[in-house]
Amino acid sequence: MSIWPEEHVATAHHGEGFDTVDMTINVGPQHPATHGVFRMVLTVDGEMVVDCEPYIGYLHRGLEKLSEANDYRQAMGYWDRTDYLAGLVCEQAYCMAVEKMGNIEVPERAEYIRVIMSELSRINSHFMFLGAFGADVGSFGTSFIYAWRERERIYDLLEEVAGDRMFPTYVRPGGVAMDLPENFEARCRWVLSSVYQGLEDLDGLLTGNEIFVERCSGLSPVSPETAIKWGLTGPMIRATGLPWDIRKAEPYSIYDRIKFEIPTGKQGDVLDRFIVRLAEMYQSAKIIEQCLDQIPGGLVLNPKLPRNLRIDNGECYVRVEGTKGEYGVYGLARGGNKAYRMKLRSPSFCNLSALREMVVGNYVADAIIILGSLDIVLGEVDK
Amino acid sequence: MTGLPFLFGDPFFGISWLDAIIRILIVVGVMTLIVVYLTYGERKVVARFQQRLGPMKTGPYGLLQGFADAFKLITKEDIRPRNADRWVFEFAPYATFIPVFLVLVTLPFAENWGVRNLTLGVFFVFSVLGLNIVGVMMAGLGSGNKYALLGGVRAAAQMISYEIPLVISLLAVAMVAGTLNLNEMARLQDGRPFVLVQPLAFVIFFTAMLSELHRAPFDIPVAESEIVGGYFVEYSGIRWSMFQLSEYASLWGFSVFGSVIFFGGWAWPYGDELGWGFQLFLTMLKSFIFILAVFWVRITLPRLRIDQLMNFCWKVLIEVSFLLLLVNGFFLYYEWPQEILAIVNWLGAAALLAAVFYRGRRGSRAAQLVGTYRQAAQAAQAAKVEAS
Repeated sequence: MSIWPEEHVATAHHGEGFDTVDMTINVGPQHPATHGVFRMVLTVDGEMVVDCEPYIGYLHRGLEKLSEANDYRQAMGYWDRTDYLAGLVCEQAYCMAVEKMGNIEVPERAEYIRVIMSELSRINSHFMFLGAFGADVGSFGTSFIYAWRERERIYDLLEEVAGDRMFPTYVRPGGVAMDLPENFEARCRWVLSSVYQGLEDLDGLLTGNEIFVERCSGLSPVSPETAIKWGLTGPMIRATGLPWDIRKAEPYSIYDRIKFEIPTGKQGDVLDRFIVRLAEMYQSAKIIEQCLDQIPGGLVLNPKLPRNLRIDNGECYVRVEGTKGEYGVYGLARGGNKAYRMKLRSPSFCNLSALREMVVGNYVADAIIILGSLDIVLGEVDK
Repeated sequence: MTGLPFLFGDPFFGISWLDAIIRILIVVGVMTLIVVYLTYGERKVVARFQQRLGPMKTGPYGLLQGFADAFKLITKEDIRPRNADRWVFEFAPYATFIPVFLVLVTLPFAENWGVRNLTLGVFFVFSVLGLNIVGVMMAGLGSGNKYALLGGVRAAAQMISYEIPLVISLLAVAMVAGTLNLNEMARLQDGRPFVLVQPLAFVIFFTAMLSELHRAPFDIPVAESEIVGGYFVEYSGIRWSMFQLSEYASLWGFSVFGSVIFFGGWAWPYGDELGWGFQLFLTMLKSFIFILAVFWVRITLPRLRIDQLMNFCWKVLIEVSFLLLLVNGFFLYYEWPQEILAIVNWLGAAALLAAVFYRGRRGSRAAQLVGTYRQAAQAAQAAKVEAS
């Protein structure tokens, strides 16, 4: 058999007794379970994973360097391509960093619109997780299609507002690009009602399923201490029972005016991560409803901004609650219309760093669903 | 029922070997047509469950989609990986394909209407189905691919394990029926199908059947999201389509088999005046309801893990099926009434399903299981270090 390296074959035949050799399996970069161009090499002993070596960088585009080479508004287009499932959250974080460095005022209405948009993106991204996770666990694409139905509606809404579905470049330093369309409130409430329906469907399909529970519960449990040690953020750390949410802990934008809860898990296992995300979507929908009630009129873009945005001196670290965790942007400005340095603290990358510790000692099939439960986006990991 | 063209023991042209060849050719032809429409049917059913339309472009309602697919697959290049074991790789599709078609030899589609009416029909079906594993293993080992290897090994473990409860549950039914001839079995059920008398056997049979067919939730050997198709990952063109053909052929074969044994096949309570055409229709209807149930389960349920699968087989299904055999034996030996046997069986089936349901509700002990495996691995490591 030529799939074994030669030296292993030799030991297997001539060694004393019957030696077994560990086998390496290459999963990715083209593999249905890696959610993009992620690659990991699993060393397996039969069906058990003995070692796991992740390889990243297939989607590296040099986001940080490009942000230094383009001016503040041009660089926007690269930032919503980091977490491409929730581009508006990334845009908001980037714009907040630019605003903080340049002391730019943002109209109140624009803040509300940003929150509505980023929460819609969060719902969108979590739907993607629910669907893809269902497919990982093996429900033959049904969950995927269920999730897709609602995502289409959200994307349609985003297109009506911003003119593009995935990468609208809608948020700008100093506000948002344009005001909401006239019938937005009614449309948004309709989309939210369909989101509730979709959540119910997915909940019924997966959460209550015996096989699903059997597969997920108790798998790779993480304690809060370990989670902090590994630098997990977002739903991953909330699943361990720690109510750490930047929207509450360090309220930015208008989150301090909105009532919502932080869903937490108990054991930090795969089932908890799933349920936390499911519960978070209900909270996001609640946030949007409150925003729709509270939203004031007025301008949506700071009118005093120059055509060519220049920032003299400034340094900041801004973090928002991204869909995958703490999405942090470090910015350094030293005059001119370009940033001197922009750095992204990407939550997917930090969560993915814990993959090896979680996967080793589990089954190959479980390695796949643990990777799925991390909910990585390769645009964000590879920057 | 006289004047039928395909009566048993009435060879075509009076030459027995020519007769056998003709009958086999008819079976293969009809089979292929049915498989083409089963794939179409599955895609349509799945699509409806997932709020899609499914194939719509090829012919009216996409009815010719199966032929288009078959044509594409036949004209495709047949690729053999460089490090594959040539002969094993190339013969594996035939080794899976032939046993499945041999099963059809003994299935009765209407009263006394099939290729051969074997006295040991049930026995024949099992012995031939057992050969299926050989082809799967050949494909897994011969492809020179690690995914295929894992798939082949998983398939072998799973199929061998699940054959035991499958056989025993059917033996229990055969005890009640008192015959192994499929025609006789169907005839006995014109008043009351065996699923009412032996529901527990039916539950075991259906579960084990899903596993033998690599259907969800037991599609571990062909798990798309883990090992990308399993043992046939390296196949393309005509060889791949032969795997597909044998998969659907065995699905249909199993469904006819199950509907004959548990639902009476061509028999129904209102006499047989309607002729063989109606009996054929009944068999088809029952088997397609079976197939629909399989599709439904596939679309809804996630996949089990290999250890959970094995645990379920060795710790639950085999015990329960042996118990069933024992209970049936007592009832038949002491000639206790069949009604009480049926009640006991219903209770057993309800208890089995409730236990599975309850276990899922209770949450699992997967973490503990992983812990024990870890300890075992560490102990083995320590032993190895000591030995060296």
